[in-house]
Amino acid sequence: MKQLENTFKLACLVNGKRTELEIDSSRSLLDLIREDLGLKGTKEGCGEGECGACMVLVDGRAVNSCLMMAVQVHGKEMVTIEGIKGKDGGLHPLQKTFIAEGAVQCGFCTPGLIIASEALLRRNPKATLEEIKLELTGNLCRCTGYEKVLSAVEKARGKK
Amino acid sequence: MDAKNLKVVNKPVIKMDALGLACGEPAFTDDVEFKGLLTGKILWSPHAHARIKKIDVSAALKVPGVKAVLTYKDLPRVPHTTAGQGYPEPSPYDSYTLDNKVRFVGDRVAAVAAETPEAAKEALSKIKVEYELLPAVFDTFEAMKDGAPVIHDEEDSKNIPDAKHNIAAKFDFEVKNGEWFKEADFVFEHSWSIPYLQHCAIEPHITIAHFDNTGRLVLRTSTQVPFHVRRIVAQALKIPVKKIRVVKPRIGGGFGSKQEVLLEDITAALALKTGRPVKLEYTRKETFISSRTRHPAVCRMKAGVKKDGTITDAEMEITLNTGAYGSHALTVMMCSGSHTIPMYRVKNNIRFIGRSVYTNLPVAGAYRGYGATQGFFAWECLMDMMAAKIGMDPVEFRKMNYIKLGEGSPVFKAMGEGREGVEQVITSTGLFEAIQKGSDEIKWTEKKLKYAAQSGPIRRGVGVACMMQGSGIPEVDMASATMKMNEDGSFNLLVGAADLGTGSDTILAQIAAEVLGIKTDDIIVTSSDTDITPFDVGAYASSTTFISGGAVKKTAEKVRDMILEVGAKILDQKKEDLRLEDGKVVAKDGASCSLSEVANTSLYYYNQHQITASASHFAHTSPPPFQANFAEVEVDTETGQVKILDYVSCVDCGTAINPQLAEGQNDGAVLNGISHTLSEAMEFSSNGTPLNASFRRYKIFSAADTPPVRTFIIPSWEPAGPFGAKSVSEIGINGPLPAVANAIYNACGVWLFEAPFTPDKVLKAIQKGKNKGL
Repeated sequence: MKQLENTFKLACLVNGKRTELEIDSSRSLLDLIREDLGLKGTKEGCGEGECGACMVLVDGRAVNSCLMMAVQVHGKEMVTIEGIKGKDGGLHPLQKTFIAEGAVQCGFCTPGLIIASEALLRRNPKATLEEIKLELTGNLCRCTGYEKVLSAVEKARGKK
Repeated sequence: MDAKNLKVVNKPVIKMDALGLACGEPAFTDDVEFKGLLTGKILWSPHAHARIKKIDVSAALKVPGVKAVLTYKDLPRVPHTTAGQGYPEPSPYDSYTLDNKVRFVGDRVAAVAAETPEAAKEALSKIKVEYELLPAVFDTFEAMKDGAPVIHDEEDSKNIPDAKHNIAAKFDFEVKNGEWFKEADFVFEHSWSIPYLQHCAIEPHITIAHFDNTGRLVLRTSTQVPFHVRRIVAQALKIPVKKIRVVKPRIGGGFGSKQEVLLEDITAALALKTGRPVKLEYTRKETFISSRTRHPAVCRMKAGVKKDGTITDAEMEITLNTGAYGSHALTVMMCSGSHTIPMYRVKNNIRFIGRSVYTNLPVAGAYRGYGATQGFFAWECLMDMMAAKIGMDPVEFRKMNYIKLGEGSPVFKAMGEGREGVEQVITSTGLFEAIQKGSDEIKWTEKKLKYAAQSGPIRRGVGVACMMQGSGIPEVDMASATMKMNEDGSFNLLVGAADLGTGSDTILAQIAAEVLGIKTDDIIVTSSDTDITPFDVGAYASSTTFISGGAVKKTAEKVRDMILEVGAKILDQKKEDLRLEDGKVVAKDGASCSLSEVANTSLYYYNQHQITASASHFAHTSPPPFQANFAEVEVDTETGQVKILDYVSCVDCGTAINPQLAEGQNDGAVLNGISHTLSEAMEFSSNGTPLNASFRRYKIFSAADTPPVRTFIIPSWEPAGPFGAKSVSEIGINGPLPAVANAIYNACGVWLFEAPFTPDKVLKAIQKGKNKGL
């Protein structure tokens, strides 16, 4: 049986929805997302913050959820790939350009890449190719060679 | 023939799973939840070579939540190979699901299943193992010597040609048309080496074993070879094939590492033992140590050339390190010669000497390029050495000697994969155009001239490499497909082909759509479920477009025939006067009916039947795709740092069924090759422990590291391929090592023989060159 003192009452915004649940305070954010919230779009590729497949937005910043404790999002706003939407509620411009440019191959790293790109474009809507490349350094992809990923992010600039 | 009149094929149709993947839909093995799922974990050997004297699992079994602990005592001892290849596999049967001996740091010792990952981990720590340590060997040349530790000393392994000398596979072949090197004006001999390299698919290996409502075992697994998985698990655990279903969901990359039965047997064993669903997933560290790698190799090549540019003789001796088990040991070795030596015409003598050697290091296996990567590093650097000596431009030297349309090579017949190869001649090539296009894009002539007169510590250079690969394994690979028509004129396409992120579901739908005159939106693809889809060997050997595509085309043609039959009845016309176009049956006189009308007529009205067909396909040849690659580099001769400024890759893959996806395949292959060239190598301690088993220490290229990689598709038409197509997925990985090595030579006059070209090695080579007065 889990000890009561190890539980934590977590309250946060997940993809715009107020979410409250009792969790083990030692739970990683990634486990919270995938297992407790059942949001499977966030992936584990390395578990040590190197590959970026587990990236989510916390208060607008892209973070590796495998490196964060779930309790760290208490009182914060979290967006996972399932919450990435365009202004009209449909596809987000990044999703559209990733699909159109052929930037999705196996797709395992795609949610993380889209999250990282979204964080950058929110902060810097006119990011240059060099800035995009630097921002995506934390997202490893072995399929695409990044060529089509980079053009997808470039094409999504300035779109809503 | 050309692709001009095609409507769906050769078009950048959007990849059919891209939408779901971009939205994070639950598509992968681990994205579905199973009630009562146990966590499986494996205890790994801390020793490079040891016998298990005693193993005590009693304390592990007492850990709360632990449901099973398996050791070699609990499982049938069945020698098999983990290589997911056609049956009978040409790899030695030298593996056991669990054994009483461990052969590398990271070999399986025991497996547990528990209610939680924590309980599973705790159980692992409580398994008491007493080992008898055995002497270990890590170098292939040491391992072949008399008296070296014998890694496979067990009596029941099969098809090991010389276990005493740790030789897992060997093959020698010679074409002799005269005295060796007699006609040569110059003879060159060098050795090139490649280290342990990891695939680094971002999705780690994972299998979930569960049971259906009749008690059959279902393996939901990240694999490139569902049908081979079913067969090998049945073999290793001694259960009937009919009791196993293998389901391949979306796969997060494979690159060959998932052409392997890596987790399925042990996960199945844990599920069978507990009667519960079990998930076994590798950590990233485990993926580095205990999955598969590229075969490290030393490739010695000796070749002779005449002053006029004729290559007189060529000898390749390749020694591959297969690690502790011989997965793909023979076939990778064969491809290192069969996919490379025929690239250039050799006038007199050809010799190939191949050895795959066991060592107490991680297990090598299939990896994109499959031996050709190792072979081309040597062959293409040697080409530049010869060109330099005879004063010929490397591009012109290649143009003069590359294998032309209609030409063959004795190597094709002599070197197959586990059996004799097939005789074949080149039936399509765009290599000349590829070389031209690449030269133009990189500005070869202009830059050659410019870089000839450089001074100062920063030097630039350009380099070229040409490559070929295969399209499937001739007379070995087989694929099949089934199609059925629905009331609305849509179709289900069932294929055994395993899309592992490559987009094969999409291109196979394009092939079917082209035949049936419809859009890919009207095709619903189901791939790789051994209960539902027909057989396919799987996604490897660059076979899917060529072999599986051939099966889909034949299937669609049969379906077309059945549609026209019904259409003829509806329109009251002769079948020969009908064709399929824009979702309709159209007659010569313009009369037409919709496909939906055809479907409904067949299902409910005329000679009631389901319009459905199946077809299989195999090939007698393996038409090579070709490439010309060009690299422009900058070398800091004071630090040894090499920077790639531009990389041009011109690809002849016949007709690109989907140019966008073909480009994507090539971009990824090339960058993987560039990453091999400048960065990657697994490192080991003196006792065989991997030292850099993480993305932090084993550096693969990120977006910021990436030079411009420019892929150009050069069309040709392969008569044996579906709509003129050949393969595209592997070839691109073979270019960067030689193209960059040749560019470095052009920049600063030194050759590099050992990958990766890290600053220390480059600097050492420059220093050595300076001592020689270069």
